[in-house]
Amino acid sequence: MALLDDLLDDEVSAALRRDLDEHLNGCEHCFITMNTTRQTIEFYANRELYPLPEPIRERLHSAIMDKCRKC
Amino acid sequence: METIQSPGTEEVHPDVALVARAREGDLQAFETLVRQYDRQVFRIAQHITQNKEDAEDVVQDAFLKAYEKLHQFQGNSKFYTWLVRIAVNESLMRLRKRRTGKMVSIDEDVETEEGSMPRDLADWGPDPEQMYGQSELAEILRKTIQGLPPGFRVVFTLRDVEGLSTDETAEALGLSVPAVKSRLLRARLQLRERLSRYFRKKNGDGVK
Repeated sequence: MALLDDLLDDEVSAALRRDLDEHLNGCEHCFITMNTTRQTIEFYANRELYPLPEPIRERLHSAIMDKCRKC
Repeated sequence: METIQSPGTEEVHPDVALVARAREGDLQAFETLVRQYDRQVFRIAQHITQNKEDAEDVVQDAFLKAYEKLHQFQGNSKFYTWLVRIAVNESLMRLRKRRTGKMVSIDEDVETEEGSMPRDLADWGPDPEQMYGQSELAEILRKTIQGLPPGFRVVFTLRDVEGLSTDETAEALGLSVPAVKSRLLRARLQLRERLSRYFRKKNGDGVK
């Protein structure tokens, strides 16, 4: 599994990548695990969170800078 | 005035000059750093606390703490990595407050066996994004990551969501590189396993 993780992170040598690709072609378990893990990462990486609204951002900046001035 | 020189031909990150000026009392320089990184800090805090009000508080507290501790910043790491470390600690403190004082640390529950080996073999096809509405999928993702132990959630957030390198994540969390890799692997597998429960069920495959 750690090797598949390295493959996901593109942290394997070309030779090892060839070996792992060959393994993935013949191993359904690893193939599915790899694909669904990749999808999992993509879901969270693309997930939209609540953005910081500009008025709140400005309020936070003012509060931070006011307190810094008093430090 | 303190001069900033880089060894050899190595480029100096623009933050280094801003930090040096802020250390000397230049508040405008510090405000530039705040404006540069507030959104990232807010996002990281939101991922960890899963609560936008807490994340707003973390932004304020993390920058204030950074300002107070600026003299401790050694400069051998990036300012952003150092700031992330503060923001993660503040976020974990917020989580602790929500749990009425129970300790929350990045080492909590990481000894679990869950996710150490993949079990669920089901594929998700054709496309979970097509099967669920945007808000329904967002809720599934929120509930799923919320169930992850903080020690895994933080590593996954920094590495896979915010795109920090393994080294930067290790530095920000005070963990070794092998520990980050091990936690990341288990976080990914646990999330995948938990998401499979939703996506398989919807396919009508049932749950193993």
